[in-house]
Amino acid sequence: MKQFLVNRDGQVSLAATIVSWGLVALLVCAVFSFAFSELRYGWNWNAIWQYRQKFVQGWLMTVAISAAALLVSLLLGLLTALARRSALLPLRYLSMLYVESVRGTPLLVQILILFYVVANAFGVDNRYLVGVLTLSLFAGAYLSEMIRSGIESIRDSQLESARAIGLTRAQTYRYVIFPQVVRQLVPPLTGQFASIIKDSSLLSIIAVSEFTLNAQEVNAFTYSTLESYLPLAAGYLLLTLPISLASRALERRFHYAT
Amino acid sequence: MRLEFRAIGKAFGELQALRDVTLNVAEFQSLAIIGPSGGGKTTLLRIIAGLETPETGQLSIDGQRLDFSEASLLLHRRSIGTVFQAYNLFPHLTARQNVMLPLVKVHDVAVGEARAIVDSLFERFQLSAHADRHPAELSGGQQQRVAIVRAIAIKPRFLIFDEPTSALDPEMTAEVLDFIAELRADGRNLIIVTHNMGFAREVSDHCLFIADGRVLEEGRSSELFSRPQNPLLVNFLAKVLRY
Ligand SMILES: Nc1ncnc2c1ncn2[C@@H]1O[C@H](COP(=O)(O)OP(=O)(O)OP(=O)(O)O)[C@@H](O)[C@H]1O
Ligand SMILES: [Mg+2]
Repeated sequence: MKQFLVNRDGQVSLAATIVSWGLVALLVCAVFSFAFSELRYGWNWNAIWQYRQKFVQGWLMTVAISAAALLVSLLLGLLTALARRSALLPLRYLSMLYVESVRGTPLLVQILILFYVVANAFGVDNRYLVGVLTLSLFAGAYLSEMIRSGIESIRDSQLESARAIGLTRAQTYRYVIFPQVVRQLVPPLTGQFASIIKDSSLLSIIAVSEFTLNAQEVNAFTYSTLESYLPLAAGYLLLTLPISLASRALERRFHYAT
Repeated sequence: MRLEFRAIGKAFGELQALRDVTLNVAEFQSLAIIGPSGGGKTTLLRIIAGLETPETGQLSIDGQRLDFSEASLLLHRRSIGTVFQAYNLFPHLTARQNVMLPLVKVHDVAVGEARAIVDSLFERFQLSAHADRHPAELSGGQQQRVAIVRAIAIKPRFLIFDEPTSALDPEMTAEVLDFIAELRADGRNLIIVTHNMGFAREVSDHCLFIADGRVLEEGRSSELFSRPQNPLLVNFLAKVLRY
C-alpha cells in the first residue's frame, strides 16, 4: 500500500505509476460505460466514417487557424506590452484600453462585433482572416499582460547593472530582459496555445469551417450526435494533451534558480 | 587621477541630496568616500559613474569636462567599471557569460578573444572553478568577485565601488576587500564608498567626508584619519571606530 503514497522527495516507482493509471482508467471507463449503457443508444459509426474527410479537414483548419493566431497574438502581445511601458501617454492608454476591454468581454461577443460590424464596415469579407485576427486580438490581450509582468519582474538592480556596463536600451531588452522573459513565458504560452485551440471552436458561429463546425455539419447530415461529437473531443485532446506535456518538459528544462 | 566638482547640486523632489559641492580633489590613485548614512555618498558616486545627472554644476575628470547628455554619458559609462552593493550579475547568464557580455556586445571584442580574456582573469583570481555556474550557485563573495572581474575585463579608466561588501558576511567581506586591495597594488585607479574605516584608511590615499549633501572635509587619508578637523568627522570616526 505504501508504494501508492508519494513520499517527500516526490519519488514514485514505475509499477505504482502504471497500476495507478490503470485504476484511474478503470474508474473513468466504468462511469462512462454505465452512462452510455443507460442511454440505450443505437450507435451508427458507419454513417460517420463516410464523412471522415470532413473531420480531417476541419481538424487541419483548426490547427492552421490556431497556429496563425498564436503567431499574430504573440506579436500583438509584445507590441502592446512595450506600448504599455512607453513614455508616450496616448500609446500607454491605448494599450491599457485594449487589454482591459478584450479581457473584460466574452470572445463570442467580440467575434460577432468584429465580423458583423467592424469587418463589414471596412469591406473585409474573408471570414478566415477575420477569424484569425479576432482570435489573435483576444489572445494577444492575455499575452500582453503575461509579457508585461515578465518584463516588470526583472529587478531594477539588473537594469542598473545593464546601464552601468554600457548597454543601450535596445541591447538591455535583447540580452537581459527578453531572455529571462522568454524563459518565464514558455509555460503560460503553451497554456495559451491550448486555449486558442479550444477557443477557435467559437469561430463556427461565423461559419469558419473548422473542426467544430464540420462536426456540427456531420451531425446535421447523419443525425448521429454522439458519433459526431466524440471524435471532436478526441481531436481536441490530441492537440491539447501533447502541448500540456511539452509545456511541463520545457518548464523543467528552463528552470534555474534566481 | 583628478576630480573637480563645481557647484554640483542634486535634489530628489524636496530632498536636497547634494548641495553645491565645489571641490578640487588633488592627484590621487585611490579615493575613499566616507560619511553617515543618507549623506549623499552614493549620489555623488553615481554622478561620477554617469548614472545620474546633477541639476546644477559641472564635473571634470582628469581635466576633461563631463558632458551630461545621454549619448556622451553612455560612452562615459562604457569607459569605467562600476560595482554595486549586490545583484550586479545577470541571473540567466553564467559567471563567464556575465563577464563576456560587455566585452562582446559593448566593446566589440571577438568571442574567442573575450573568452581568453575571461579565462585568464578567472584563473588569476581563483574563479575558474565557478566559470560555468549561474549567480544563484555562487556565494555572495564569489558573485562580487565575478562582478569586479567584469568591471576590470574591459580595461576601464577607473573603478567605482559602492559599498561592495555591505551585503556580505565577515569572511566573504575579507575575500572581496583583499581583491580590491590587490587591484590597488596593481596600480589601478579606484573610487570607493565604504563603511569599513579600517579598509578605507588602508586602501585609499585620499579621502572625502560627506554629510548632509556637502563635502565637509577632504585630504590625504593618512592625515584625515589621524588628525580629523571637522567636528562632525571627529564625531563620526569616534562613533564608527568604537565598534
Ligand atoms: N532615487 C532617489 N529618490 C529619492 N531620494 C533619493 C534617491 N536616491 C537618494 N535619495 C535620497 O538622497 C539622500 C542621499 O542619498 P545617498 O544614497 O546618496 O546617501 P548615502 O550617503 O549613499 O547613504 P548610505 O550610506 O545609506 O548609502 C538620502 O536622503 C536619500 O534618501
Ligand atoms: Mg549609499
